[in-house]
Amino acid sequence: MIDARGYSCPMPVVMVQKAVQKDAPASLEVLVDDPCAVENITRFAHNHGYQAAAQERDGGAFSLTLTKQP
Amino acid sequence: MDKTKYWVVGAGIATGLAALLLTAAGNPANMGFCIACFIRDIAGGFGLHSADKVQYLRPEIVGLVLGAMAAALAGREFRARAGSSPAVRFVLGMIVMVGALAFLGCPLRMVIRLGGGDLTAVSALLGFAAGIGVGVVFLRRGFSLGRAYPAKRADGFALPGFVIAVLALLLTAPAFIHFSQTGPGASHAYWLISLGGGLLVGILAQKSRLCMAGGLRDVFLFRDFHLLRGFIAIFLTVLLGNLLMGQFQPDLAVQPVAHHDYVWSFLGMALAGWGSILLGGCPLRQLILAGEGNGDSAVTVFGMLTGAAIAHNFGMAGSADAMKDGVFTAGGVPSAGRAGILIGLALLLLISLTNLHKEDPTK
Repeated sequence: MIDARGYSCPMPVVMVQKAVQKDAPASLEVLVDDPCAVENITRFAHNHGYQAAAQERDGGAFSLTLTKQP
Repeated sequence: MDKTKYWVVGAGIATGLAALLLTAAGNPANMGFCIACFIRDIAGGFGLHSADKVQYLRPEIVGLVLGAMAAALAGREFRARAGSSPAVRFVLGMIVMVGALAFLGCPLRMVIRLGGGDLTAVSALLGFAAGIGVGVVFLRRGFSLGRAYPAKRADGFALPGFVIAVLALLLTAPAFIHFSQTGPGASHAYWLISLGGGLLVGILAQKSRLCMAGGLRDVFLFRDFHLLRGFIAIFLTVLLGNLLMGQFQPDLAVQPVAHHDYVWSFLGMALAGWGSILLGGCPLRQLILAGEGNGDSAVTVFGMLTGAAIAHNFGMAGSADAMKDGVFTAGGVPSAGRAGILIGLALLLLISLTNLHKEDPTK
């Protein structure tokens, strides 16, 4: 899991990019608290063969689940 | 096309149209919108510098911040937070300003100048891209200014409160506020038009995340062209508007509020580009983030205000070429400005190297 809360863009996407380039995980959970990061990570996921689902949590945070597309 | 693409292209077109309208309404040529110039004018209006041709409390800046705040509040995206290396961000704001004022424009004005046919800005665009490229290398190597943390909600209103005070001072015009009688500071649209243009662009820039530095950064980092669409939309809108109005002057001759010092325009905008990448966004984006409640960006804006004052007080700002009665007077970046750019580049290298983090992001 990547905890990118408190980081503003592009840092959350850079963190996701590093994780994807390192292991190409089948799924990845990312925590962010910036709506801009939700959009940017979702776009990055779509451009790199992942589906992204975002869920709003308490305290203004968002949980994103990235799943590798077959 | 997904919805966010519409927003960023729409924001770009609206920004371009606002720049054209504001110029037609009285703002300086090719300077319908310029964040660096307008913050410099506000610094002058406050008497923080004494360059008497660039002193005015620009309502566009007020509108940008309040528009972003209104959009963020309406969209439930207003978040008061701070604590991501605020002192470093203050310094970075100053450095970005020194680079931009050497060139005579922020990244937004650079695009507007290019759309007006000002080919003297081409070297600045190349420098801006080079600076972003250097910043991206450090991002890839683990550069970060650290996390921000939730702050008291009232803290998020620091910059919106400040710009409301700026507007109040503009409208009441007390004796201690300076207003240029000649020069770019004396050229301005009626305040309600300026405020309206700022509000419109502020709302759209908040919704779309429009960022001049982010456009090229995302292409270099992720091969993502999303934000670059906004950058291109501004350029094409201004270009088309200038062509239609017969104001397109594609040459290297004397251009409005510009100079021919190509090497130092390149280096000045390289400084602004690299600094913007370390900050996470261009000067426009810093205003928008501050309107969303980001205290670190508010500190950055105050750094830019200070940087503008220092740039003029220390004789570092560029001066424009002039043609009067057929006599050409060359402007350019003075020795102090060249020294400022080199010192700024050294400081950016220091800040970049001392904020590298190697940890695994998934840990």
